[in-house]
Amino acid sequence: MLEVNNLECIRGDRSLFAELSFSLNSGELLHLLGHNGSGKTTLLRTLCGLIKPNQGLVSWKGSNIRRQREEFAEDMLFLGHLNGIKADLTAVENLRILCQLDGQQVSDKELWQVLKEIGLYGHEDLAVGVLSQGQKRRVTMARLLLSESPLWLLDEPFTALDKAAVDLLQTVIAKHVGNGGMVILTTHQDVALTTGEVKQLRLGWKKDGDV
Amino acid sequence: MFKAFYTVVMRDLLLAMRNRSDILTTLFFFIIAISLFPLGVGPELDTLREIAPGVFWVAALLASMLALERLFAIDYADGTLEQMLLTPQPATILVLAKVLAHWLITGVPLVLLSPLLGLQYDLSLEAIQVLMLTLLLGTPSLSLIGSIGAALTLGLRGGGVLVSLLVLPLYIPVLIFGAGAVEATVSGLGGTGHISMLGAIFLLSLVMAPLATVAALRVSAE
Repeated sequence: MLEVNNLECIRGDRSLFAELSFSLNSGELLHLLGHNGSGKTTLLRTLCGLIKPNQGLVSWKGSNIRRQREEFAEDMLFLGHLNGIKADLTAVENLRILCQLDGQQVSDKELWQVLKEIGLYGHEDLAVGVLSQGQKRRVTMARLLLSESPLWLLDEPFTALDKAAVDLLQTVIAKHVGNGGMVILTTHQDVALTTGEVKQLRLGWKKDGDV
Repeated sequence: MFKAFYTVVMRDLLLAMRNRSDILTTLFFFIIAISLFPLGVGPELDTLREIAPGVFWVAALLASMLALERLFAIDYADGTLEQMLLTPQPATILVLAKVLAHWLITGVPLVLLSPLLGLQYDLSLEAIQVLMLTLLLGTPSLSLIGSIGAALTLGLRGGGVLVSLLVLPLYIPVLIFGAGAVEATVSGLGGTGHISMLGAIFLLSLVMAPLATVAALRVSAE
């Protein structure tokens, strides 16, 4: 489904990765590893189409993602370092707008249900700006529960979340993969999800133990 | 597609409502800038009538430019802009929606206020009507052209100053024909030609500006 061919990215005057090729099929999870600055975020942003690669090609269902932006966007959900939610709007308003732009029809009842699942029940009427960092992250993660896209690109999804939320998120991701979805994620935390039989991709050249 | 357009317009209007000081600063800037001239130039009515069109248009230009900074910068900082670029909607539609909301918030109030401010300059009813018409036709062009500059300077330090350097030269045609229409009407020559030119500029920027803005946004989002 997702194929990466001979990819090269240069940021500033440093080549982060070159001749990178891999593919990801239905029901697979790819764990990106690498030290700080090794290019994990850059790779994820290249895969979702935000960054134009210096060399190589990312293709989805056989054709270049840059030739089919709208079709690819429909199949893909990218959650980056920034939460991508408006501080002045409530959680429900934020999620409703994001769903509408994704072309999804959701009722308010569904949104409330999702917020309850993600542990934000009782905070629906508050502007997201007054929530804590972890709660804001939970609002963003609620999008995973609503998403109908097969491909998820998650950049450090577990940061700022408490243990319960990390466990919940792992269940959600595992379920998505189990249903034939695809996930690429980066994380530095030791979570059960990435310790099992998953594909791993290591970026950078440092050995384990080097600083 | 229309639904996405509507969603973005309503979203930006809602955000503006939650944060009203943003609208008011632009509006008060416009009011104060225009009110300073009669105080500085003196109460000579003939002089005031003569400079009015130019003053109104320069003030509108500067007010519209002041507001540009907020068009994309906040969405860029909180990550909602990159999420918008990754939705299955045509990016030009989303940009058009944002520009429309921006114009409704910062352009329309200027048009509605201009007759009141026109009284300070002893403008005739006819002159005020033409002034309103030119502002109504010209301010959307300002928002459209300005969106290119706002998108280009996203994430740059001192972006505000750079925006003015980039955008003000492009505003010149709107200024010339906008102020020219009022002057021509007052002097009895008739401002139809100028107004047609303003309409043409509006249509041209309506077609071209969103494309350029989207290209600039994609570069800034990298």
